[in-house]
This record gives sequence, structure tokens and C-alpha cells, in this order.
Amino acid sequence: MDLITIAFYFFSALTIVFGAVVVFTKNIMHAAFSLLFAFFGIAGLYVLLSADFLAITQIMIYIGGILVLIIFGVMLTTRITGVDVKTGKIGKIQIGIAGLLTVLIAATLIMIFSTSKWYLADSKPLDSTVNEIGTALLTNYLLAFEAASMLLLIAIVGAAFIARKKH
Amino acid sequence: MEIGLTHYLVISAILFSLGLYGIITRKHAIMVLMGLELVLNAANINFIAFARYGGMNIEGHIAAIFVIILAAAEAAIALAIVLNIYQNFRHVNIDEVDDLKG
Repeated sequence: MDLITIAFYFFSALTIVFGAVVVFTKNIMHAAFSLLFAFFGIAGLYVLLSADFLAITQIMIYIGGILVLIIFGVMLTTRITGVDVKTGKIGKIQIGIAGLLTVLIAATLIMIFSTSKWYLADSKPLDSTVNEIGTALLTNYLLAFEAASMLLLIAIVGAAFIARKKH
Repeated sequence: MEIGLTHYLVISAILFSLGLYGIITRKHAIMVLMGLELVLNAANINFIAFARYGGMNIEGHIAAIFVIILAAAEAAIALAIVLNIYQNFRHVNIDEVDDLKG
């Protein structure tokens, strides 16, 4: 086993195990912190896929931004010391149906993925993708890029407007 | 066995199913959001895996960047709405939030 294989299994185990903890734990704070490790594992998978810019973006935006927002949300909407921090239970039948549905979807997806004959172009990994991404964003995808910046501005203004206290 | 496209696709399928299970079974609104983030990340892994093994084209990376941008906007708006629900109802159990006018 070479180093890349070991690294792949390490990062995918990190992602899957902590993703499962996010979904199955009862304590919402544990779920928020497990999400951190799951995102970190995904960033490692991006590095193995030679997407260096996206790995850094994943760490900076997901871990530094979205996760901090989520933890703020948890702390502002739950009484940490009380029992309210545990999320409510639902019925056994609903959990059974949801689990069955999920396993069915996972099995179907994995079967499709492993039996399809994908077209694989031979490609050597680039040294750095930043140059190509910058060129593509400012030429072919310029309109989408500007639309995304407008969307972020509107989303921030809208979020501040919705979340402020009513008088 | 060398690590190939299928390995990454299987990882993303498992992650997608975990996120879906979280979205279906959780009652706390923020836990549903966390499940949603897992699903979006699974989609991103697919994009980048196909970009890597389909000839190292950069379009998959661009799509993943836009997914991350939309996820950031969605998280900000969703948490603002969740805070508003908490101010009105004093809880964020999405099964009981069914009033159109609070």
C-alpha cells in the first residue's frame, strides 16, 4: 500500500465516521463539532484529487464560516445546560422507514456507480489549479461570478434584516 | 487496488445517504441544516472526482466553487430564519412550527 492509498482510506474513514456521528448523535453540540472533522476529511479528499484551491476554500468557508454560523445558531437557539440541547425523538416506525429508504438509496447509488463504465480521460494532475480557476472565472464564467457576488450581498443584507429584533 | 473514480463516488454516495437520513429524521432545525451541508459536500466530491478523472478539466472545480458560495448564502439566510422562529416560538422544533402568522 502506498502513501496515497493510506491517505485516501484515512480521510474517507474520517469523513464517513464523523458524518455518521453528526447524523446519529443525540447531543447537538457533539454533532456540530463532528461536522468540523467531517469537513476536514472532505478537504483532505480534495487534496488527494489535486484540487488544492478547493481544499483551502473548504477549510476557510465551511470550517471558518458556515460551521461557526451553525455553532452560533446552536448556542442562540438552545438552552445548553437544560435538556433542550438534546433533539426530540421520533417514532420507531418513522426511523425504520427513513433508515430503509436511506439504505435503499445508498445501495442503488453504489450499484450504479460501481457497474457503470465511466469514460476516463488520461490526465496528469496539475501543479496548481489557482491559475486555471482564476482565468475561467474571469472569462467563461464572468456573468455567473458577478451574479454570485450580487447574490451574496443580497443574502447578507436579507439575513441581517430577517434576524434583527422587531420593535 | 489503485484508488480510482469509483472509490470517491462510493464515499460521496455514503455521505449523501447519511445527510439524507439526518434531514428526514431530525426535528431540530439546525440538525436538518447540518444534514443539508453533508448532502452538498457529497455533491462537491462528485464534481471534483469527475473533474480529476475526466481529463483534469477545470469546469468541475468552478461548479464546486458555486456550490460552496450558495451553501454559504443558504446557511446565513437559514440561520436568520431559525433565530426568528426561536424568538416567536421559544423552540426550533420544525414539526411544531406550522403557523403562517406567529
